Amino acid sequence: MASETKKVLFGPVLDNNPIALQILGICSALAVTSNLNTTVTMCIALSLVTAFSSFFISCIRKQIPSSIRIIAQMAIIASLVIVVDQFLKAYAYAISKQLSVFVGLIITNCIVMGRAEAYAMKNPPIASFLDGIGNGLGYSAVLLSLGVIRELFGAGKLFGYEIFALAKDGGWYVPNGLLLLPPSAFFLIGLLIWALRTAKPQQVEKSEFTLAPQSKALSAH
Amino acid sequence: MSSNDSTGKTLLVAFLLCVVCSIIVSTAAVALKGKQVHNKLLDKNRNILAAAGMLEEGKSVQEIFEKRLEVKLVNIETGEYLTTETATEQWQKEALKNPVAYDQRKAAKTGDKNIILKGSEDIASIKRQAKYAVVYLAKDQDGKVDKIILPVHGYGLWSTLYGFLALQTDATTVVGLGFYEHGETPGLGGEVDNPKWKALWPGKEVFDETGDVSIRLIKGNVDPSNPNAEHMVDGLAGATLTSNGVTNLLRFWLGANGFGPYLEKVKEQGV
Repeated sequence: MASETKKVLFGPVLDNNPIALQILGICSALAVTSNLNTTVTMCIALSLVTAFSSFFISCIRKQIPSSIRIIAQMAIIASLVIVVDQFLKAYAYAISKQLSVFVGLIITNCIVMGRAEAYAMKNPPIASFLDGIGNGLGYSAVLLSLGVIRELFGAGKLFGYEIFALAKDGGWYVPNGLLLLPPSAFFLIGLLIWALRTAKPQQVEKSEFTLAPQSKALSAH
Repeated sequence: MSSNDSTGKTLLVAFLLCVVCSIIVSTAAVALKGKQVHNKLLDKNRNILAAAGMLEEGKSVQEIFEKRLEVKLVNIETGEYLTTETATEQWQKEALKNPVAYDQRKAAKTGDKNIILKGSEDIASIKRQAKYAVVYLAKDQDGKVDKIILPVHGYGLWSTLYGFLALQTDATTVVGLGFYEHGETPGLGGEVDNPKWKALWPGKEVFDETGDVSIRLIKGNVDPSNPNAEHMVDGLAGATLTSNGVTNLLRFWLGANGFGPYLEKVKEQGV
């Protein structure tokens, strides 16, 4: 059981990463990673929502009629997201203003729905809770790496504290402005997936079709 | 499939789930309300100071606010301050004692404290305004008033934008503009919060030589060689309606139905 727990909890970090392998939750990964403060808040919020929604859904999984199961899952997820949003507004107002719509959009984050439907509907509450935390960790691992790269090389800072002295303030570092824009996260996620699949070749998906071999070259002359 | 899928069970589960979820959501909303309201007020005060460029690192907002800002109420129609002599009604006397607690937004909705705007006057699409508006007088280190901060609001594309316009004591030169509450599209109209765009405002002139309101947002970038460049600000890319909204609300609040009479008095007699 101990190894099973470990697999549920840490498997999603490298072996079955929700972003890198399942390519879920990309939208928020692009939007909130330009600085680490919002990134960390978003990671914690998403992990908690995934874990608790999986837990509650799993608790009532035997009672949910299959015809309304998606709506029932959505109701639970949406309630939890609103609660998280209210907490942020009360205790971290500045960050909640920066995150603006993205906290609300956790509702539509595919990871939360995906885990509810794929895991929590079939497994007991505690395991579902751990699975939610695990996937939150997987999501956080990718987001934090993006956040560190983007803030460090895009603004020369980490958590808003200066690491590299910027050229415009008389230092030596000229920041790469592209890293602060959402498309840069796309490139970084792509590179990350490449690195991960090179290290773990079993994650490479089989081609759905193969290109036909080049037919005999037509003699043009 | 089990009996879970019967109509009765489906309705029952849906109903119970909704009840439980709504109880959780409303409990959280009610329990945290007090703290959220406090945060909002703090954020508003921070924006007042930010518009006037008075935020200092290491000093609390509340501290600067109390030390360097004087809150006054102005009669919108006459442009006169509310003083102990002119305060006749009970609520005016109370507002005079504690002007920070005066809620201009609430007053705009209250029958005997507001003015209903006619269609042609209402260029900011706010329908009604309070008879008494709040102004914040910012003092420099020696206690001399050097900036006037005016609350402004008006309709953009989706929402009413609430913000502050800070002017120098000539009542014409902009010190800063900032919005603290709006629901415009993030990334487009929401760029009214962009520090780069806000940095375009200081130094602009809101009135022309004849005293008419001349400030406006234009499409594209302002050409610095244009003789009227100090009356124009870059519009927000991809947000024409929000840009128009900002132009309209400034024109309204600086015009005859807004702070016009008050600013006229400031120009003639000083603050």
